[in-house]
Amino acid sequence: MSVSGAIAPNIQLGAKIKVEKEKRKRLGITGTISAVWLALIGLSALLAPWLPIPSPKQAYIDLVQPDGNAPFSTSGHVLGLDGGGHDMLAQTIHGARVSLQIAFGAVMFGMVVGGFLGLSAGFFKGKVDRFISTLFDIFLAVPALILAMSLVAFLSGSSAQSGFLSIERIMMLALGIVATPPLGRIARASTLTWSEREFVMAARAQGAKNFKIMFIEILPNVLPAMMSIALLSVGVVVVAEGGLSLLGVGVNFTDKPSWGNMIALYAQTDLQLHPWLVFTPIIAVFLTVLSLNNLGDIIRARFDAKETTL
Amino acid sequence: MTDTMAASSEPLIALRDVTTYFKTPRGLVRAVDGVSFSLERGKTLGIVGESGCGKSVLSKSIMGLLPKRNVVRGGSIKFEGREVGQAGANELRELWGNQMAMVFQDPMTALNPVMRVGNQITESLIHNLDVSKDFAQETALQLLTSVGIPEPSRRLRQYPFELSGGMRQRVMIAIALACGPKLLFADEPTTALDVTVQAQILDLLDAQQAERFMAMILVTHDLGVVAGRADDIMVMYAGQAVEKAPTRTLFAQMRHPYTEALLKSIPKLDQASHTRLDAIGGRPPDLVHPPTGCRFAPRCPYAQDRCLQEAPPLVSHDTPGHEFACWYPVGTPEGAEALAKNQAAGIAATVSGGN
Amino acid sequence: MAGTGTAHLREPGETLLRVENLVVEFPVGRSGLKVNAVTNISLDVREGETLGLVGESGCGKSTTGKAIMQLPAPTSGKVLFGEHDLAALKGEELRVMRPRLQMIFQDPISSLNPRRKVEDIIAEGLNIWNIGTEAERDAKVNELMEAVGLDPELQRGKRPHQFSGGQCQRISIARAVATDPKLIICDEPVSALDVSVQAQILNLLEDMKARYGLTLIFIAHDLAVVKNVSDRVVVMYLGKMCEVGGPDDLYANPRHPYTAALLSAIPVADPSVKPSERMTLGGEIPSPVSPPSGCRFRTRCPRAQERCASEEPQMQQIAEDHFVACHFPLNPGETLTNSTEAFTA
Ligand SMILES: Nc1ncnc2c1ncn2[C@@H]1O[C@H](COP(=O)(O)OP(=O)(O)OP(=O)(O)O)[C@@H](O)[C@H]1O
Ligand SMILES: Nc1ncnc2c1ncn2[C@@H]1O[C@H](COP(=O)(O)OP(=O)(O)O)[C@@H](O)[C@H]1O
Ligand code: SF4
Ligand code: SF4
Ligand SMILES: [Mg+2]
Ligand SMILES: [Mg+2]
Repeated sequence: MSVSGAIAPNIQLGAKIKVEKEKRKRLGITGTISAVWLALIGLSALLAPWLPIPSPKQAYIDLVQPDGNAPFSTSGHVLGLDGGGHDMLAQTIHGARVSLQIAFGAVMFGMVVGGFLGLSAGFFKGKVDRFISTLFDIFLAVPALILAMSLVAFLSGSSAQSGFLSIERIMMLALGIVATPPLGRIARASTLTWSEREFVMAARAQGAKNFKIMFIEILPNVLPAMMSIALLSVGVVVVAEGGLSLLGVGVNFTDKPSWGNMIALYAQTDLQLHPWLVFTPIIAVFLTVLSLNNLGDIIRARFDAKETTL
Repeated sequence: MTDTMAASSEPLIALRDVTTYFKTPRGLVRAVDGVSFSLERGKTLGIVGESGCGKSVLSKSIMGLLPKRNVVRGGSIKFEGREVGQAGANELRELWGNQMAMVFQDPMTALNPVMRVGNQITESLIHNLDVSKDFAQETALQLLTSVGIPEPSRRLRQYPFELSGGMRQRVMIAIALACGPKLLFADEPTTALDVTVQAQILDLLDAQQAERFMAMILVTHDLGVVAGRADDIMVMYAGQAVEKAPTRTLFAQMRHPYTEALLKSIPKLDQASHTRLDAIGGRPPDLVHPPTGCRFAPRCPYAQDRCLQEAPPLVSHDTPGHEFACWYPVGTPEGAEALAKNQAAGIAATVSGGN
Repeated sequence: MAGTGTAHLREPGETLLRVENLVVEFPVGRSGLKVNAVTNISLDVREGETLGLVGESGCGKSTTGKAIMQLPAPTSGKVLFGEHDLAALKGEELRVMRPRLQMIFQDPISSLNPRRKVEDIIAEGLNIWNIGTEAERDAKVNELMEAVGLDPELQRGKRPHQFSGGQCQRISIARAVATDPKLIICDEPVSALDVSVQAQILNLLEDMKARYGLTLIFIAHDLAVVKNVSDRVVVMYLGKMCEVGGPDDLYANPRHPYTAALLSAIPVADPSVKPSERMTLGGEIPSPVSPPSGCRFRTRCPRAQERCASEEPQMQQIAEDHFVACHFPLNPGETLTNSTEAFTA
């Protein structure tokens, strides 16, 4: 390949990327499906108590056959029953309520705290940056699941007497703290590049104070990068919540079903006999994570700062 | 200087009515709209025009570097008599490097940032000429020396970011020259550089062209850059050639109002300080809906009613080889009359309003 | 060049801005080495004057401009603006001075926040300092947009990506003028624009200067552009001054070899001038981390002698309002030739 040959594909690649980018901005068929799925799962999770579905605690034990089988066809139970006679649809929807609440809460926490820390680190640089970056590094050095476990243990230990924090809140906080460093790092990196831009210097020359420069000039440019990572993190947190349940430190199934503890329970008890029980929450998690990624891409393409080229 | 445009010998490259349109959601962008020229070996053609007038799209059309999708191409491009106008990147690959090469405006984006300079040159040689690695390395060293890079053997081992802008452009030129192309494209090779470095790079291109007997197309927005270096100049406006002439003829008998306006807008060293510049008012037209009639009419100090209705053809008039597309050319009685009429009517010759 | 000294400065009372022995150094990583970006630059500007600052890229023009703005503050030196030494001011004291001097940047795209509307960008200073009522601010934005040749009705609410490079530069100019500054530092405002737009912006700057009573420092690497706008020109090389003077004499009779070389490198739009007959400067600007001793230009200077390596030339008057820092300045009318062997120490 000649040099021009070596360069030519790059140029074409550039054009291709542009076209791809344009395409990604449109919702398209997969985008629509993703949005519909998220709307469906989000709404039913929100409205779960008022939906015409049985309570997740209600056990239709008489419908469960002696071998523990509870077929789909069982009248009135679209997704069937589990071994304890609980309606699977109700479990999944109430599970969504718990899982999504934890996931969005945790990511929100990570966005706010990580965003603030990352923005400060990238903006002030120097000592502030070194301190915050070291903090992030320490948290990132511990494997996420172990960190989350110990945080849950610590938090539930300290709030056990007061009962101040429900287990959902504890999970939210613990997973939120775990999500903070990665989000903070993105915010820091993005702030570093944006604060080099001359419009930041121009704002300073006008006499703008640091606070204003950080939140009015830089933050809006940093948010899109954080948003797309945040949407990814929602999926990761849903899965992590399940992981913690598997390890027995999450929300208790008998208190409240969540996608995580459903997977954990059914994987232990029913995997051989009734695999669909495990698959129901797994498919729900899978579709949700996929949809979030998909919409994340579209949102990022939409909100990418548009800039003229000379 | 003789009339090279109408030279009898077989031209190296000949374009006829080349058009390149882009399909966009807004409509068809007529980026290049009917350009013809021919060029022999050993000659330099300067292509001049404002930003967005289609210079780079034209270069890419000739090099076959445009994406296939959403591009409508027309006209004929003959390279050594062979039609390459509709050829895609794959068919043209054998021509790149061997037959024609390109030097880009921004050397940083055109060089591979993660590859040592030396490897970028040798790779091209090994692929194109099928030479041994040692021979390629030897040649790379010679090339860097010939483009005036000090300590060439050390530079071969460096990455592009370790070089200054001028040095990078020299490397780009070395790469372009590696396989001995017959046609060298330089798309604003010095726009990103300082005056002193610009002069060095242009001198280098000149010297290499003469030595290798290449044809060169020098694209720029600065008439000053091509004045002393091109044999012929083609001035482009809104995707079309508006004036084409041997360089001396062009400067001696400038006919198109746009060429005149371009030249006038450059600040000159012999003008006193605070001389008001003759800026061209307004901005180039939207290439989706170019004006009917003459495309320069909305900004032209000579424009008359006729210009708004009829597009002037690009034809030669008094001097053979000097073509221009204008109803009221500069330096003719018609032109003088039109200008006087407009001035009398109070239409400012140059509006320096919003661009 | 490599010149130091303050012989070219005018009486302190006459000038709006007086910069004395400005030094800006940047650390090179943690190596302990430093970039000598600006070394002992002195300059002054009278009220209503335009001072041109020319030199090759990397010679410290932008750094000088930014140091005057205290973005960041210089390593040492005085920046006397009115009765204040800006370099000695800190925090709030400095912040209240900010609206009085403004800057226009080279890159029209990087200097506008892509997420803000044009009206917010232009009104930024007005909002920060709470100048006027909301209605007055609105009217001021309209007035400024009209003054720079934008249509307030149609374009107020747009974002920068909807504008061309030239228009973005107009927005920058409007923003800089909004708080009624005394001095505007224009850092290569036309370098990224093509010739026709460049002419529009240069004309606009002259109009704005007259209309708002501005004093300008105009930074550029294009000597013809600098000549067109300036009342006095400072030629810089590798962080030092070479030559200072009124544009007419400086361009007609360049005394410093570097100025002469720069002038001869300008492409002339005249085919009868063969570029090969002109003198071109060989080599590249040395690294500012380890600048040459004595005269910093000596590694590329066709006139360099031994003395140039050992002794730094001082700024000295050579004609009326014409100063040069060179041991062997050119005589008026003398031309520099390539044939002179460069002295290599
Ligand atoms: N891929 C594309 N799709 C749509 N329009 C395009 C595309 N590439 C270029 N254009 C348009 O074609 C016109 C000519 O562009 P071109 O890059 O050739 O200009 P130019 O003369 O090289 O300008 P400059 O001096 O800025 O390099 C412009 O209006 C540009 O917006
Ligand atoms: N923040 C910085 N850190 C380190 N070096 C810098 C910095 N800013 C500028 N420099 C260096 O200082 C020198 C002068 O730069 P600059 O003022 O931008 O030049 P000019 O504007 O004349 O092109 C250059 O060598 C440049 O690399
Ligand atoms: S005079 Fe008429 S034809 Fe000639 S350039 Fe002007 S508008 Fe076009
Ligand atoms: S003659 Fe000497 S002092 Fe003058 S510019 Fe050349 S090197 Fe510097
Ligand atoms: Mg181009
Ligand atoms: Mg600069």
